[in-house]
Amino acid sequence: MKVKSINRRKAENIIFKGTVIFLSLLTVIPLILILFFVAKKGISIIDLNFFFSLPKPVGQEGGGISNAIVGTMILIALTCLLSIPLGILCGVFLAENRKSRLSFWVRLWVEVLQGVPSIVMGIIAYVWIVRPLKGLFSAFAGSVALSIMMLPMVIKATEETVKLVPVALKEASMSLGVPYYKTVLRVILPVSTSGILTGILIGVSRIAGETAPLLFTAFGNQFMNYNIFKPVNALPLMIYRYATSPYKDWQNIAWGASLFLILFILGINFIASGIAKKWKVQF
Amino acid sequence: MNDRIFRAMLYASGAIIFVLIAGIFLTLFISALPSVKALGHSFLFGTRWNPQSVWEGENITLGAVPFLFGTISTSFLSLLISIPFAFSTALLLGEYMKKGFFFAFLKSSVELLSGIPSVIYGFWGFSVVVPIVRAFEIKTGIPPYGVGIMTASLVLAIMIIPYSASIIREVLHLVPTELKEAAYSLGATRYEVIKNVIFPYARSGISAGLLLALGRALGETMAVTMVIGNLNSLPASLTSLHEIHKTIFSPGNTMSSIIALEFNESSGIHLSALIQMGLLLILVTTIINFIGRIYIKKTDKSGKD
Repeated sequence: MKVKSINRRKAENIIFKGTVIFLSLLTVIPLILILFFVAKKGISIIDLNFFFSLPKPVGQEGGGISNAIVGTMILIALTCLLSIPLGILCGVFLAENRKSRLSFWVRLWVEVLQGVPSIVMGIIAYVWIVRPLKGLFSAFAGSVALSIMMLPMVIKATEETVKLVPVALKEASMSLGVPYYKTVLRVILPVSTSGILTGILIGVSRIAGETAPLLFTAFGNQFMNYNIFKPVNALPLMIYRYATSPYKDWQNIAWGASLFLILFILGINFIASGIAKKWKVQF
Repeated sequence: MNDRIFRAMLYASGAIIFVLIAGIFLTLFISALPSVKALGHSFLFGTRWNPQSVWEGENITLGAVPFLFGTISTSFLSLLISIPFAFSTALLLGEYMKKGFFFAFLKSSVELLSGIPSVIYGFWGFSVVVPIVRAFEIKTGIPPYGVGIMTASLVLAIMIIPYSASIIREVLHLVPTELKEAAYSLGATRYEVIKNVIFPYARSGISAGLLLALGRALGETMAVTMVIGNLNSLPASLTSLHEIHKTIFSPGNTMSSIIALEFNESSGIHLSALIQMGLLLILVTTIINFIGRIYIKKTDKSGKD
């Protein structure tokens, strides 16, 4: 090894540090640009009417995103209903059977599930739900696609949290003669609530912005719809359709919807980190 | 008795995950069969994509090469662009600053960046990045589409930086402190520790992280669809040696973007071919994820003994 002078080594060190800081700062710039741009474009279109009125045909003034907001809420609720119970069960299974062979494979499958591209989820839900119903797009099909995406996040959050629960707690409950299922439901899960809830909220914030799985499942709808077996509109779908339309009015509405969607997602993330910080169970 | 049912339910939940995975692969495979039968190897090697030919009968020309090219070029290019940024962000958060205002600022910014929906990246890219690229193309004498492979790669790069940065940071965290401290105690500078201790130790983990980011980029749909220009053929400049540098600026389509664009209007062999594209996509991303996870586990284990 060549011997370098101490000054040269110090200089290299400083140059490297400078480069790292510079490049990291450059990474933040797109974020600021995106937030600033969306806020600037979106804020001018948003008023109270924007949230409470339906989209209008091209050429008419105004029009809002009420049906997309309702649609997104329906999709989120259905997705939670489908993915949370199974996800929590599976997470408890993985945490309670850490070394069994089945759990090794399940962990692997969960990784695989997490890596599946979102557009493929759309195809799956189309073949499973939409095609048997003779091509009827529906909120239900959309939330099947979304819930397969959310499942790995719920499973992982549950597994990680339940793993942290001390064995002593479980043993104390078992030694009092409490059956295993009651120990899990009344002791282990209640102490893990905050961790699981954080995972669920982060999962919701991820799927709330997904467009690709909804293209051939929820499909979109110009009208208000509360029926889960009919096509619904969703915020990301609406943003995609309106953003790629040639009409200035529609693009402006898409900016407003983008701003609302970003704020909604950031809000959920904010609540999630608040829960994680405040109600963190420490042993 | 109740306990037995409960335990059975726990095991069943694990089994359901398997059924789900098997069902996904099986569904895609079965739905892709008609196109595999009708197209054979012309799907993988054909360079022309003409859905019209399905209706005209006889010679069906549905070749996926333009989309394979689009997917591979955008994902590798975006990975290449993102590496320096992801690496320095991970280093800064994992080595240089472990607390303080700047740490919190950078960390939450990167988290925010990963939370922005793909469709909004696409919309922003369409309104901001496309004009910038177009201006650059006008200056350098390249056909000024604005949209194209380069634009898609730029937007994709921004999207995958948070992902690869967080994995690299995890890997850096696995480097044993004793090793680093030993080097420091011998008088090494921070740069030397990073270069001679941390990097060699974490190399396989870092490449695994980049591989996982590549997998993410391969499957990304909406943002790419909105800025890549949606051209269903190979770039014309690819065939002439003098213009090959223009290739990365020409419009194209990726595997996922063609599915997003044509799925709703397709039927028969066309639909089946699109599903085959999805099958190809899920196979590639699954293999990439597998290899990546195995490498990260290896780094993790060597840290524990």
